[in-house]
Amino acid sequence: MQFIRKTNYYQDIQLFKHGGQIFWYATLLFFLLFTPLFLSEFYLGELALVFIYGIAGVGLMLLTGYTGQVSLGHAAFLGIGAYCHAYLLSHEVPFLISLTLATLFSATVGGILAIPALRVTGIYLAVATLAFSVIVEQILTHWVSVTGGYRGMLVPAPSLGPISLQSFEIFYYTCLTFLILTIFIALNLLRSPTGRAMTAVRDSEISAESMGINLAQTKAIAFSLSSGLTGLAGGLLAHKIGYLAPDSFNLLMSIQLLLMVVVGGLGSLHGAVYGAIFIGFLPQAIALLRDSLPGTVAHTPGLEPGIFGLILVLVLIYEPLGIYGRWIKIRSFFEEFPLYRQATHKRQRTFLKTERLR
Amino acid sequence: MTILQVENASISFGGVKALQNISFHVKKDEVFSIIGPNGAGKTTLFNLISRIYDLKEGSLFFKGVDATNLSTHQIAKLGIARTFQNTELFEQETVLNNLLIGNHIHRKTSLLQEIIFDRKTRNQEMEFRENVEAIIDLLDLQAYRYQKISNLPYGIRKLVEIARALSMKPELILLDEPSSGLNPEETEDLIFQIEDLRAELGITVLMIEHDMNLVSQISDRVMAIADGQTLIVGHPKEVQDHAEVIRAYLG
Repeated sequence: MQFIRKTNYYQDIQLFKHGGQIFWYATLLFFLLFTPLFLSEFYLGELALVFIYGIAGVGLMLLTGYTGQVSLGHAAFLGIGAYCHAYLLSHEVPFLISLTLATLFSATVGGILAIPALRVTGIYLAVATLAFSVIVEQILTHWVSVTGGYRGMLVPAPSLGPISLQSFEIFYYTCLTFLILTIFIALNLLRSPTGRAMTAVRDSEISAESMGINLAQTKAIAFSLSSGLTGLAGGLLAHKIGYLAPDSFNLLMSIQLLLMVVVGGLGSLHGAVYGAIFIGFLPQAIALLRDSLPGTVAHTPGLEPGIFGLILVLVLIYEPLGIYGRWIKIRSFFEEFPLYRQATHKRQRTFLKTERLR
Repeated sequence: MTILQVENASISFGGVKALQNISFHVKKDEVFSIIGPNGAGKTTLFNLISRIYDLKEGSLFFKGVDATNLSTHQIAKLGIARTFQNTELFEQETVLNNLLIGNHIHRKTSLLQEIIFDRKTRNQEMEFRENVEAIIDLLDLQAYRYQKISNLPYGIRKLVEIARALSMKPELILLDEPSSGLNPEETEDLIFQIEDLRAELGITVLMIEHDMNLVSQISDRVMAIADGQTLIVGHPKEVQDHAEVIRAYLG
C-alpha cells in the first residue's frame, strides 16, 4: 500500500498527485506518440476514432456522470457539430476557426436545450432529449439547401494553412491533441467551483440549492459544456467518415454514447476513455465474431445494436461502476494484497434520505 | 438586534394548514430553539425560511432585507445556512469536497478562468481550503478529510453537515434536529460545539430539537409550536412548564 506524504495543500489540487502518475501517463503519451510508426493505417484510423469518441465521452460524462442529467440525444450534438463544421469548411472557413465555431454553435444549442430541460429530471429528461435528437435528425434531413438532405454532404479535406491534415498520421495526432485538451479542460473544471457545483447537483439538488448553488445556471453550464465538447467530437468525426448523412446521427449513436459512459464507469474521466476504447473496438470484435458464428446468427440484421443493448443491461446489473469501477477493485486487491476484503466495495442500500420536498 | 424576523407566516398543503400566522424574531448571537410534537410544522417552517417552500401569506426579513421572494440559492448568499433532518450530504464526494462546496457562494472566478485554472482560481482554491481546514479543526474532523460520505457513520455525517453549513461562513445557521440519531456522548459534544459556534464564530443559531435537556442547556429562548400554531415563546424553563406545551406533548 502506498501512502503519499502531504506537506502542502497544493498537492491536493495538482493534476498529477505523485511521481508514479506522471511516469505512467508520460509512458502512455510516449507510446501514443510513436504508435503511427508501427501501426497500419487501418488501425491508426480506428485509434483516431477512439480519440473522437473519447472527446464526446468526456463531454457526456460531464453531463451524465458528474451532473447526473441523462441524455439520450447526444448524437444530435455530434450531428450539429459535424454538419456545422462541414458547412463552414465548404465555405472556405479555415479548419481551426470552423472547428471552434462548430463547437461554440453546438454549445449554444445545448444551452438553449437546457432551458426546457431544466424542468424535467430522470427518465423524463431522457425522453425530452430523445425528442430533441429526433427533431435535429429531421432538420438535417429536410433542410436540403444546407445539409443536402438524403443525398448527404461531402466533407472537404482538412488543412491547417498550407499543411494538409488528410493523412492518417496527421489526423491521428490532431485527434489526440484535441482529446488531451478536452481532458485538461474537464480536469480543471472538476477541481474548481463549477465542477463541484455540478457534482453537488448530481448528489442532492435540494441541498445544493441551499448551499447557494444556482440550479438552473449549473445545469445550463453542464449542458452547454457537454454539447460543446460533443460538437467538437462531431467536427472531427465528420473528417473520419468523410461523407455526412442524416442517419449517421440517429438514436443508435446516442445509445452508443450513453453506453460508452455507463460501461466505462459513471463519474470518472478514466471511465469515459475506457468506454471510448470499448465502443471504438467493439464493432471490430463483432465483425471478427461474425466469421466464427453460424450463418443464420451472423447475418441476422440488428446483431450489433442487440449486442450493445445486452452489454448495457449486463453492466448495469453486475458492475454499475463500469470498467473503471472494476479496475478500482482489482487495484485495491493488489494494494492490500493479503488483507483485501470483498465487503469493502459491497454496494449498500442507503437509508434515511430526507423525504423529497417537491 | 433582530437578525431574522418572520411575520404572520402561513402555508397550507391542500386542506392541511401546516402553519398558521406564525410570527417570531431571532436576535443576533442568540440560540433560539423550536420545539413541538411530530407534525407540528417545525421543518415546514425551516423550509419556508430557506425558501424551499413559498410563503402563502406573511413575510420574511433577514437583517432588515425583505427575503420573502428570494430563491433558495439567494437566501444562502445572504448568509443563512442550514442542515437537514436526515442529512442531505453529497454522498459520492469526500468530506473535503463537501466542505469546499460550502464555499461556493464566495466564488469570485469566472467559468473561463476555471477552465484554464489560472492563478486566481488556484489562489481561490487555496483560500477555500484554508477556510475548510479551520472548520475541520473546530469540529475535529481531521481523520475523515479524504473519506467518502457514503462510508461514514451517521454521527459523523451529522457533524459533517454542520461543518458544511459553517464553511459558508453564515450569519445564521438553521439546525434541523442536530441531535437526532446521536448517542449520548455525541450529544454532549454537540452542546459544546453549538456553544463554540456562537462564541468563536459569532453565528446565530436557530434550531429544531426534541432533546429537552439539550434545549434547556443552550437555548436563550424557545418557541413551542403545535398543529401549525405558536403556543408560547419564552425562556426554556418557562416553556417547559407551560400547561399547553405539556398538553400538546402528552395529548
